[in-house]
Amino acid sequence: MRRNAVAVVGAAETTELGVIPDMSQIQLHADAALNAIADAGLKLSDIDGIATAVETPQQIAHYLGIKPTWVDGTSVGGCSFMLHVRHAAAAIEAGLCKTVLITHAESGKSMIGKLPRSTPPDSLNGQFESPFGVYGPPSMFPIPVLRYMKTHGITHEQIAMVAVVQREWAAKNPRAMMKAPITVADVLNSKMIAYPFRILQCCLVTDGGGALILTSADRARDFPNKPVYILGTGESVETPMVSQMETFDSSRAFRTAGPLAFREAGIAHKDVDHLMIYDAFAHLPLYGLGDLGFMPHEETGKFIADGNTRPGGKLPLNTNGGGLSYMHSGMYGMYALQESVRQMRGIAPAQVPGAKISVCHGVGGMFAASGTIIFTNEK
Amino acid sequence: MAEPARARPKPTPETQHFWDGTAAGELRLQRCDACANVYFPPRPFCPSCASRKVSIFKASGKGTLYSYVINHRPAAPGFTPPYAIAVVELEEGPRMMSNIVDCPQTPEALELDMKLEVAFEKLDDKITLPLFRPAKG
Repeated sequence: MRRNAVAVVGAAETTELGVIPDMSQIQLHADAALNAIADAGLKLSDIDGIATAVETPQQIAHYLGIKPTWVDGTSVGGCSFMLHVRHAAAAIEAGLCKTVLITHAESGKSMIGKLPRSTPPDSLNGQFESPFGVYGPPSMFPIPVLRYMKTHGITHEQIAMVAVVQREWAAKNPRAMMKAPITVADVLNSKMIAYPFRILQCCLVTDGGGALILTSADRARDFPNKPVYILGTGESVETPMVSQMETFDSSRAFRTAGPLAFREAGIAHKDVDHLMIYDAFAHLPLYGLGDLGFMPHEETGKFIADGNTRPGGKLPLNTNGGGLSYMHSGMYGMYALQESVRQMRGIAPAQVPGAKISVCHGVGGMFAASGTIIFTNEK
Repeated sequence: MAEPARARPKPTPETQHFWDGTAAGELRLQRCDACANVYFPPRPFCPSCASRKVSIFKASGKGTLYSYVINHRPAAPGFTPPYAIAVVELEEGPRMMSNIVDCPQTPEALELDMKLEVAFEKLDDKITLPLFRPAKG
């Protein structure tokens, strides 16, 4: 894909984030979409492409009154929206559509109008994982982490620091759910969920949504907000069964998607000013730093524990507070993308001064899928 | 009222041989006749070379502890927390999810790379689960 050929021209989250007991999931989609359309200064009738996950594109298009000529219902978990950005950029470049709306919303806390998730007993997951007591992401996503720690020499204290540092970022974000400072001791003494992870190493459960609008870079200059260009993209999937990952000391989906995006962008790691790594659980930023090639996995724990990713550090990471402290409605990738766009527009509450390149890396399922988008505000 | 039971697998035509095996006290894997790849979960072709010529064989039932969590909350129906959800690396190469029995469910007792052997747990007349316990000797 050509660098900087497509740009984000509209971006918004739902009016409220957190606990939203007076709105169903589809209305959260609409609230985010209408906010993004207003942000872009567009009308609903200007949208000719739509992408969403979990909810179907036809549900969202019909509810909003959009008549699309391009749709993408890729639904691979929380990074689906990174894949939508990649697919939309290709579609716009190919001339299949002009203006794409990508929506996410989830009534993850209030559970209003939310489709139930279930694992059929005759699926492979239902036969070869469910009988052994997996029960929701906290019992599955951390399964690889003890092997990762043993292979790479990572300590419990270093992983606890992920949560500590992200809380520092969250404190700078008025919309973050959790802002009170925490220490490594607080993390390691918090309620046990699935050893070795405690509750402060697990994502929040909230309601909310977000939406993006993409168009060609040629048209992007005519919009009210500074365009944020798509510099590089990558995607991959591995397995829906965490037990069947090729290895637990790295994610194949991460190390496929991430380097693809870096190659397409034509940048080096030292060029990155701002980084988002989807943190459903506290080990994910370590996997991301290693698999995206920022450093060997052995150095990731020390890098974070030494403060390199905290406010004022040399590699600002998860500057909204992340899924651990900002919000996590179930499919957090959209909120990571929103924060990258805010940073590239220069309007983030915890703005990284002069940031020009932002890398936004997402995970879907339990390391099942991955998407990486690299943004820039310079064409 | 009966206690809620653990999730019960429902075999498909492609996996029936595995569940017939556990019911007969055998851990069955598949090997590709063309490239000798041993793989899991079951399917009637090799995921490495796409050959449909594959054989079912009885695995040794030996393995090592690759990784795990000790789940505290929320607990799955039929489980009393804390309980370990483990991934076992089989001697033949593939890995599978399981539980570790005859062993305290603690980080001290559950050492990565410890030797394990299969232990079959019958759920009912049709389904027996392959669990693992610390290897003797």
